[in-house]
Amino acid sequence: MYKITRSPWVMHYDGSSCNGCDIEVLACLTPVYDAERFGIINTGDPMQADILLVTGGINTQNAPVVKQLYDQMADPKVVVAVGVCACTGGVFKDCYNILGGADQVIPVDVYVPGCAARPQAIIDGIVKGIGVFQERLEKMEKGESLTEDKEKKAEETAESEDK
Amino acid sequence: MISGKLISAICYVLFAPLIGGLIDGIGRKISARMQRRVGPPLLQPFYDLGKLLHKDPIHVAPSQNFFMMSYLFFIVMTGGMMFLGMDILMCMFVLSTAVMFLYFAAVVTGSHYSSIGASRELLQMVAYEPCVLLTCIAFYMVRGSFETAEIIKGDISPIVYLPGVFVAFIFILTIKMRKSPFDISTSHHPNQEIVKGITSEIGSRNFGIYTLAEWYETVFLLGMVALFIINSNPWSILAAVVVIALVYFLEILIDNTSARVKSDVMIKVSWAVTLVAAGFNILVLIYFLG
Repeated sequence: MYKITRSPWVMHYDGSSCNGCDIEVLACLTPVYDAERFGIINTGDPMQADILLVTGGINTQNAPVVKQLYDQMADPKVVVAVGVCACTGGVFKDCYNILGGADQVIPVDVYVPGCAARPQAIIDGIVKGIGVFQERLEKMEKGESLTEDKEKKAEETAESEDK
Repeated sequence: MISGKLISAICYVLFAPLIGGLIDGIGRKISARMQRRVGPPLLQPFYDLGKLLHKDPIHVAPSQNFFMMSYLFFIVMTGGMMFLGMDILMCMFVLSTAVMFLYFAAVVTGSHYSSIGASRELLQMVAYEPCVLLTCIAFYMVRGSFETAEIIKGDISPIVYLPGVFVAFIFILTIKMRKSPFDISTSHHPNQEIVKGITSEIGSRNFGIYTLAEWYETVFLLGMVALFIINSNPWSILAAVVVIALVYFLEILIDNTSARVKSDVMIKVSWAVTLVAAGFNILVLIYFLG
């Protein structure tokens, strides 16, 4: 089995964030935190990315954009929601245009809370995401379908909302 | 009977990805240290390639697969021809053909970003092609042959006659290796001005093929640098390795200390350097060699 865990390429999408989390995402790449030592690269291209980092809540305007970015990524792929807005909608939750967290439009695998999320937490979230990533790859190589996994995830999020 | 040339060409096809990947890894490590970062592991480029090849293959247009395979094939052919000791001018023509396939792989997608990247790739060709041709001509003037097998046979290294051409070639090497300030067609990792330029619409697996082709090309280009140094003395190969290491370090230094320029500046500067350094050098050669 091929170990894919050493090379997670990250694509960062800023929903309707206040830019606090975005600054922290960029801080991960600076000499202080140096995310590249784990092979993490910030790529701008969904077609080559493995992990989608979403910051900020999802509103009616950016929902189709997030959906399209997710669809353009090749399997296996992982979504990490960074910051409380991307997790639940945060302080903007009740705004008329906000749908909620990133899980309203795409299946989210890892939630990184915080306002703003600290760089250590973000890197930890990505590293957790890598575990999911490896699991998906193993499933894919065995010929199992990944869509079931996603549907299950979607059901789970729906259930948690009901509660 | 298998000749030495054939063995060197087979070695190129088999080992150039290993050497190219390792050079890439060393480059990333040095780059990180220049920025006071720890940097990725030395073998990071191989991890990246392995992952890219294991992902689900996606392509925007089916013809992209053909174009990318052709790109890889012609790059390998370019280097193979050089290590076979064949005509260096021919190698450069095959290299241009390879770049055309990369251009097509980008424009068939219809994406604006990859189209802009593709047209910039053509501008890059316009910028470096005169110097490449002058380099080939200069080798011919010194050695009386375009064939690499003949070029490496003289008693004195070509760089003694061609210091200006060497400077111009190192200059355009920055364009060819896609290093800042001339990485205008791919727009490298942190600065995503046109997303990823010519490689924007290239899916994971095809991007792996692209990476592999880049490694072959790096080894070919550094082989061109070696042609300036190698002579009939076997120790000159060691000297060539040292010069290659210095040249590569210089490229990384330039990459880390300069911001990307506009395409018209790139063409003006590279043509100026080509004309002044290589052109003047060749005029002097004509005067002395007749």
